[in-house]
Amino acid sequence: MIKLAWKNLTSKPLSMLLSVLLFALGVGLISLLLILNKQLQEKFDKNLAGVDLVIGAKGSPLQLILSSMYHVDNPTGNIPIKEVRPFLNPKHPLIKTAIPLSGGDSYRGFRIIGTTHEILNLYEGAIGEGKKWEKNLDAVIGASVAEKTGLKVGSRFKSAHGLIDVEELIDMHRDDADFVVTGILKPSGSVLDQLILTNTQSIWYVHDTHDHGDGNHEEHDHAHEGHDHNHDHDGHHHPPVEPTKALRDEIDKDITALLIKFKGRNAQTLNMPRSINENTDLLAASPAYELNRLYDLMGSGELLLRYIAFIIIIVSGLSIFIALYNSLKERRYELALMRVMGASRAKLFFLIILEGILLAIIGYILGIVLSHIAMSLLAGYMESSYRYTFSGWIFLKEEIYLLIAALGIGFLAAILPAFQAFKTDISTTLSRN
Amino acid sequence: MLQTEALSYFYNKENPLHFPDLKCERGEQLLLLGQSGCGKTTLLHLLGGLLLPKGGKISINNTDITKLSSTELDKFRGQEIGIIFQKAHFVNALTVEENLLLAQSLAGNNPDKNAVHGFLQKLNVFHKLHSKTSELSQGEQQRVAIARALVNRPSLILADEPTSALDDTNTKEVIELLEQQAKDSNACLLIVTHDGRLKERFSNRVELTRPNIEI
Repeated sequence: MIKLAWKNLTSKPLSMLLSVLLFALGVGLISLLLILNKQLQEKFDKNLAGVDLVIGAKGSPLQLILSSMYHVDNPTGNIPIKEVRPFLNPKHPLIKTAIPLSGGDSYRGFRIIGTTHEILNLYEGAIGEGKKWEKNLDAVIGASVAEKTGLKVGSRFKSAHGLIDVEELIDMHRDDADFVVTGILKPSGSVLDQLILTNTQSIWYVHDTHDHGDGNHEEHDHAHEGHDHNHDHDGHHHPPVEPTKALRDEIDKDITALLIKFKGRNAQTLNMPRSINENTDLLAASPAYELNRLYDLMGSGELLLRYIAFIIIIVSGLSIFIALYNSLKERRYELALMRVMGASRAKLFFLIILEGILLAIIGYILGIVLSHIAMSLLAGYMESSYRYTFSGWIFLKEEIYLLIAALGIGFLAAILPAFQAFKTDISTTLSRN
Repeated sequence: MLQTEALSYFYNKENPLHFPDLKCERGEQLLLLGQSGCGKTTLLHLLGGLLLPKGGKISINNTDITKLSSTELDKFRGQEIGIIFQKAHFVNALTVEENLLLAQSLAGNNPDKNAVHGFLQKLNVFHKLHSKTSELSQGEQQRVAIARALVNRPSLILADEPTSALDDTNTKEVIELLEQQAKDSNACLLIVTHDGRLKERFSNRVELTRPNIEI
């Protein structure tokens, strides 16, 4: 029976092609939206990591969240430690942890973030090889970084100013000291995978030397042996960087942002963002809130695409119906003949239903394959531009639901032609010829 | 074997068709002659269970087929009756061999390639085994149609103008094969025709008359 249905379909491949392609397109679009959405949400949610508040320079709150939690957009600017000093106080009554982030530099497109070890707990990152950063210019790299750059424990590299990966535009810190890789993180699926972590002081260190030349720093000299200082000596005078000194006492330094986790939620923590935004030059943004806003924005676009996909599927269902109906007209005699040979009405009904379902299955398989290929292409693109790893070869249980829906549509499209086949009158059909 | 009693049918009530009682035993042949419009094809459809009579009885192999349900009738038809039409028709998507195998499986038998090959050989179309049916000549098509009608070893073979589309040579060949094969499988062969070429071959003949003359 299946064989006969299959032969019937393949004997007229062209008339079926359009319906199958349309069906594949609709299924593919929906499945692509599903896997893309799923992976995006997973990345976003995983990297939410229970951060309650992000504090940074004034600007767009969404940009602040994107840049300091997802490391995809440019930072809104820097903030002086002087202003965030209270938040860094370990005895703060509301704050459980406050993790400083200093960014702005990169290595081959991977962002270098100066921070504290607490960031590892935040994202549940663990050292896979080597050890955590201790001294200035120690660097711990994420698993993707290690994989893509080939850096190993003990490797040295120079950072570049800026966040881009375009050779001509890179402003290398050529004259500065090398970073030394002291550890590689286990893959965590979080944003840590694509970051290079170091201590906050290293970022200042690199920038100090960059901006101000050698000057009079002692530890500067032994790290820069033999290099000629051709920077502008403009007389700016920053105090030396001491890794041992508490961050919050570096009151004339800057950081990029501060990730904050509260001890608990109450009226005070609820009001904190507003009071920060109103009373200081800082910007406080709630990741959960901003993400919901982002989902809303993406959601309406996605919804539209989803509607389009559904319309395509309905149209393709219609085209399956028309294809079957037309082929049925030509095959009237054939069907009557099958009745003559002993096929029951139910059998013919079943045959046509089977043809509709087969078409839907072929369309479904084609659509799923298309969407996964598209996803892996997209994954390659996203990886090169955002350093986020996506996969085209993740399969969701929603795709099973999609299969059930596809079968349903194949069935619905076939039911009328099948009924037509069911009530074929053998005698009149045969004698009409 | 085949026996009908007071068979009647009408497409509209003003013009009823009444058919003479027929009787045909296994291994026998019966020729139904008549001009077009006298209800030859209608009678054949009644005998094949493709149409239900408005009155009378049709008994095949001691089964009154007018009493069978639609599904039972389909099954009975597949197993006990082989029908050959004026113009051979096939399931176009399938090859000659597949068409015959389909006939077997639709009748509820297990597809048996040896039997299929045997019939095709007897009917001299074995070399077309894997051809699409549309690629055959009319004579070849009619022979494959005969093979299909025989493949389930039915007890009744109905042929509706089996030779009207064929030339003299093919007519002779086809009718000889048909007669031979019907005898071999010990089936009752009933041929409906207005083809004068067949008249001489069969002694067992029934003439059908036009209904309006009968009234």
